Amino acid sequence: MNKSLMSGNSVIAEAAIRSGCQCYFGYPITPQNELTEYMAKHLSRREGCAFVQAESEISAINMVYGASLTGARAMTSSSSPGISLKQEGISYLAVCELPAVIVNMVRGGPGLGSISASQSDYFQATRGGGHGDYRTIVLAPASGQELADLTQKAFELADKYRTPVIILGDGMLGQMMEPVEFHQTIPKSLPEKSWALKGAKNGASRVIKSFTSNPAELEEINWRLFRKYELIKREEVEYETYMIEDAELVVIAYGMAARIAKGSIKKARSRNLKVGMLRPITLWPFPSEKVMDLAKTIKHFFVFEMNMGQMVEDVTLALQGQGEISFYGRPGGVIPTPSEVFRIISRQYYQKGLNR
Amino acid sequence: MLTKTIFSGFGGQGVLSMGYNLAHAGMLEEKTVTYLPSYGAEVRGGTANCTVAIADEEIASPVASAPEFIVVMNQPSFVRFQNLIQSGGLFFVNSSLIEAETVRGDIEVLEVPATQLAEELGNTKVANMVMLGAFIRKSNVVSIETIIMGLKETLGKSKAKAALLGLNNTALKTGYDLL
Repeated sequence: MNKSLMSGNSVIAEAAIRSGCQCYFGYPITPQNELTEYMAKHLSRREGCAFVQAESEISAINMVYGASLTGARAMTSSSSPGISLKQEGISYLAVCELPAVIVNMVRGGPGLGSISASQSDYFQATRGGGHGDYRTIVLAPASGQELADLTQKAFELADKYRTPVIILGDGMLGQMMEPVEFHQTIPKSLPEKSWALKGAKNGASRVIKSFTSNPAELEEINWRLFRKYELIKREEVEYETYMIEDAELVVIAYGMAARIAKGSIKKARSRNLKVGMLRPITLWPFPSEKVMDLAKTIKHFFVFEMNMGQMVEDVTLALQGQGEISFYGRPGGVIPTPSEVFRIISRQYYQKGLNR
Repeated sequence: MLTKTIFSGFGGQGVLSMGYNLAHAGMLEEKTVTYLPSYGAEVRGGTANCTVAIADEEIASPVASAPEFIVVMNQPSFVRFQNLIQSGGLFFVNSSLIEAETVRGDIEVLEVPATQLAEELGNTKVANMVMLGAFIRKSNVVSIETIIMGLKETLGKSKAKAALLGLNNTALKTGYDLL
């Protein structure tokens, strides 16, 4: 058995190194400091790799911008207030079509908020986050093992589509330790990036830039991005279903909330309540088609989030007026218990007469 | 089967290490485990605690709202956690440092003079291992052999730490044989 008991933050760092991450730039913030610490210890010693503790979050994301331009696999990590500061850089990465992995171990907000786990950055992550018309791929892990697997996937997707990818975790996933198995080994070489800027060496010069004074040119760039996003929406949706076959009520939740909901669903099933779950693993692209598909046979949807209701808007959009949606959320870094969510689920179940 | 345990005490009493060793042993026994340390604006000499969940199935939440077992190493932890414990649960109390008596009549209190026994072994720092030994005996969530085996890994490979293995093992056995 090759399992290690590691904190989620360390898992992401180790998985990133094993995915061929060459550059890490960070600035401290709770609850993701173990990630930076791990990189300082392990990445900084690797040949051809760079670790910098930047002087600010803005600096760190712009270092990612620079490293990515040269073709290196680069990442940064932070938590909510720090991620807000990085938004300008993420917008630049998006328009320049540069791969990057950005980890957000979400804490309670708004403002400086709290240091406890929350899901209040869903809107920011799935709507682009910075200025301009762009999207980022958003992956939402729910366990230590998934943190490892999705970190590798994040680097692959970032390179494949030349786009920033967000790993949206939370403070608890970052702090909690679970047994993890790493399946990948550090790649000896990565696929060549023909677009990267490595010095023209007497050849034709290439330009990667984010500004043009010609609106028509910028419109074409936006169309190009749009076509890429449509392709990602078609190809990269990922989700998990749980006890959904005979369900009368479907819980939709992601990340830590999905894990808590699973505990509640087990309780509900032990009392013969037919409850299942849809857990989006990609938050953008959102599994809208799957939601629509479920609505053919299921009428009642219950969205549970550790915020005041953000993903529920994507569920509403996906359902296009079909079915009935109810919502339960706990904001501010409060961690609801499986029994608490079970109480809400069973109340919904009986109020809607699903037991009849 | 799902059991949750909270370990609590002063920073420096090895409270997180107790939890880590238990979770690690659970992993070695191929169980699902989660280990959640308290984190935040902690201060030196303040309280530290962690929650360990061990199960045969997926663990929904690593947080314990009413755990089966609570281990308290100092007085403030005793006061803070005595009302959280599940009815019928086991309350492990470091009686060397805690004089208070619980107001709960529905739980079993196990008094372990961990600090004193560690002092007799020559180092108060192993009070946590004395307590962990006693905890394993009564809670039975993992076997003492697994804890002893796992300790070799968790202590680390540095010479200074490996030299402490014997003392830690003795402390574990002292606690285990006490209850």
